[in-house]
Amino acid sequence: MIRLRGITKIYRTGDVEVPALVDARLDIADGEFLAIMGPSGSGKSTLMNILGCLDRPTRGTYELDGQFVHKMSDDQLAMIRNRRIGFVFQSFNLLARLPAVEQVELPLIYRGVHNRRKLAMQALADVGLADRTHHKPTQLSGGQQQRVAIARALVTRPSIIMADEPTGMLDTKTSRDVMETFARLNAERNLTVVFVTHEPEVAAYTRRVVHIRDGRIVDDDAARAEAAGASGPASAAAPAPAQATA
Amino acid sequence: MIILDTMLIAIRALGTNKLRTGLTMLGIVIGVGAVIALIAAGQGAQKGVTERVNGLGSNLIFVRPAQTQQGGVRGQIATSLTTQDAAALNDPKLLPQVVGVTAQSNATTQAIANGVNVSTTLTAADPNYPAVRNFYPAIGRFITDQDVSSDALVTVLGSTVATELFGSPQSAMNQTVRLAFGPGGRFGFNFQVVGVMQTLGSSSSTNQDDQVFVPISTLQSRIRFLRNPLGQTNVQQITVKVAKSSQIGVTKNEITNLLLQRHGGTQDFTVLSQSDLLATANQVSRTLTILLGAIAGISLVVGGIGIMNIMLVSVTERTREIGIRKAVGARRGDILLQFVVEALIVTIAGGIIGIVIGVVAARLANGHNFGGSSAVQTVVSPLSIVAAFGVSAAIGLFFGIYPAFRASRLDPIEALRTE
Repeated sequence: MIRLRGITKIYRTGDVEVPALVDARLDIADGEFLAIMGPSGSGKSTLMNILGCLDRPTRGTYELDGQFVHKMSDDQLAMIRNRRIGFVFQSFNLLARLPAVEQVELPLIYRGVHNRRKLAMQALADVGLADRTHHKPTQLSGGQQQRVAIARALVTRPSIIMADEPTGMLDTKTSRDVMETFARLNAERNLTVVFVTHEPEVAAYTRRVVHIRDGRIVDDDAARAEAAGASGPASAAAPAPAQATA
Repeated sequence: MIILDTMLIAIRALGTNKLRTGLTMLGIVIGVGAVIALIAAGQGAQKGVTERVNGLGSNLIFVRPAQTQQGGVRGQIATSLTTQDAAALNDPKLLPQVVGVTAQSNATTQAIANGVNVSTTLTAADPNYPAVRNFYPAIGRFITDQDVSSDALVTVLGSTVATELFGSPQSAMNQTVRLAFGPGGRFGFNFQVVGVMQTLGSSSSTNQDDQVFVPISTLQSRIRFLRNPLGQTNVQQITVKVAKSSQIGVTKNEITNLLLQRHGGTQDFTVLSQSDLLATANQVSRTLTILLGAIAGISLVVGGIGIMNIMLVSVTERTREIGIRKAVGARRGDILLQFVVEALIVTIAGGIIGIVIGVVAARLANGHNFGGSSAVQTVVSPLSIVAAFGVSAAIGLFFGIYPAFRASRLDPIEALRTE
């Protein structure tokens, strides 16, 4: 359960203040599958970093499962990143020299888990890489690298997966594999999946799309449905046009 | 995070850049090795001094002439002590605890035989010398009372001199040696060899095997130019042996009083025990040890700065890695620990290698004279090993903590943005 209220992020370059995100309001229920779309520089990555607890808002409140994340210290945020959120990056962000299984073990090391190897192997198997566990990133294709990164995000059994343009560096077919993996995890495990993309065909996998432009959330399927008087939960993928005419 | 995991991560990180790790470590290796080896040399010098002083015999008190100062005028050195003083000190009625007294004078001489000419130390001694100094002839005899009373031209050779002149101690017996004195050896007498001293071995700069002995009276009566302006030939040292070491302090005072009486109240002599000699000599060698240690310590600090430099470079290079680790949940402390442990592994490993090299170098140097006149003696003390190890670990901690702190403070987003 994520609740953002008045989230604003301002970057300061010398005397110039650049607002990257202005007064963002967003609710994400458990088990949602949600895409954030917007052109480059629209603030979607800033929003993603704040959602992923990698960055802190300048103003506003961020409530995650009843905890006020915006008030937390660096180390508390690290704990949230370690236990509650799995983050997947556009550029994979794997460590260059480690084999896949050790990449996946990384969050478990910081968590102090003992049977790491077993859990990491399981997570790799879950993303279809059971036969690539000892390959290093340079020996893996882009899609395989991203699936290692997904396994790394999954291995701590988080309730939320955040992905910042996870298919941005992948070709169409591999993109489809990765998105199908996300869709399956969302369906099978009731995992909340939030990701940023600017490709409509990728966003089409989701049931809810949030549009962002110039740092402001300009269009949100759920908000629109709510405004139109829809009574269903935000997670329900409501065919917006139908309700708009009602 | 478990410390073992941190160590494995650190070792792997160090292993990816072996050359750099090796060169960084080399700074510590050289520093620690230098500290160990140089302190071993300094302590060896100290041990040499101790051995030399103890090698003089045991329970000894040395009486030597001192410069006097009367009305601002410095008196002549070496004019105060006489063989009569020595006899008085040997009087059991005056000093019952004294078990032996010997008087001696020293000069440099050229010993010539078989066309071989060696420069050596002449010791003019009396018959009590072997018992007091615990240094006896191996072959033949020492100087006797009769030699002294007749100013006999007899000599007892140190084993080194005997070997240099005659090839072996045995073949030196009953041979004639010319002992020459003065500039260019102008004055000289032929002495008959009546004995060769036992070999004490040389571990220090004063080699007791490299001297020749003649009766003290012979020196006093025949070699006139060694006399002082007053026409006296005085003794340069009176050595007093007491029965027990506990008597040394009291006896020193009694000797001082007795000689003051005999010299009309003038303190023209000094009375020193072996521990006094040791204290003076040790002060010098301790200064030497500190000096050598300090020089080596500087190289250790330089090595530590090298560690810091490389760790800072490493943190900069691995910014992205730090960002990734933070993104998956590493806390500040985890990152801090990782880099500190890396620095510690480099310094501790370097320290261990340095200790091995230092100890081996000290062992190899031991007994070699490196072109000098005497052999270098080295003593590796366990304390210096423990200290070097501790210091290298402390250097790792001290110079590793700042780069590690910088790494731990990196912002994950900023860190991930770097290439």
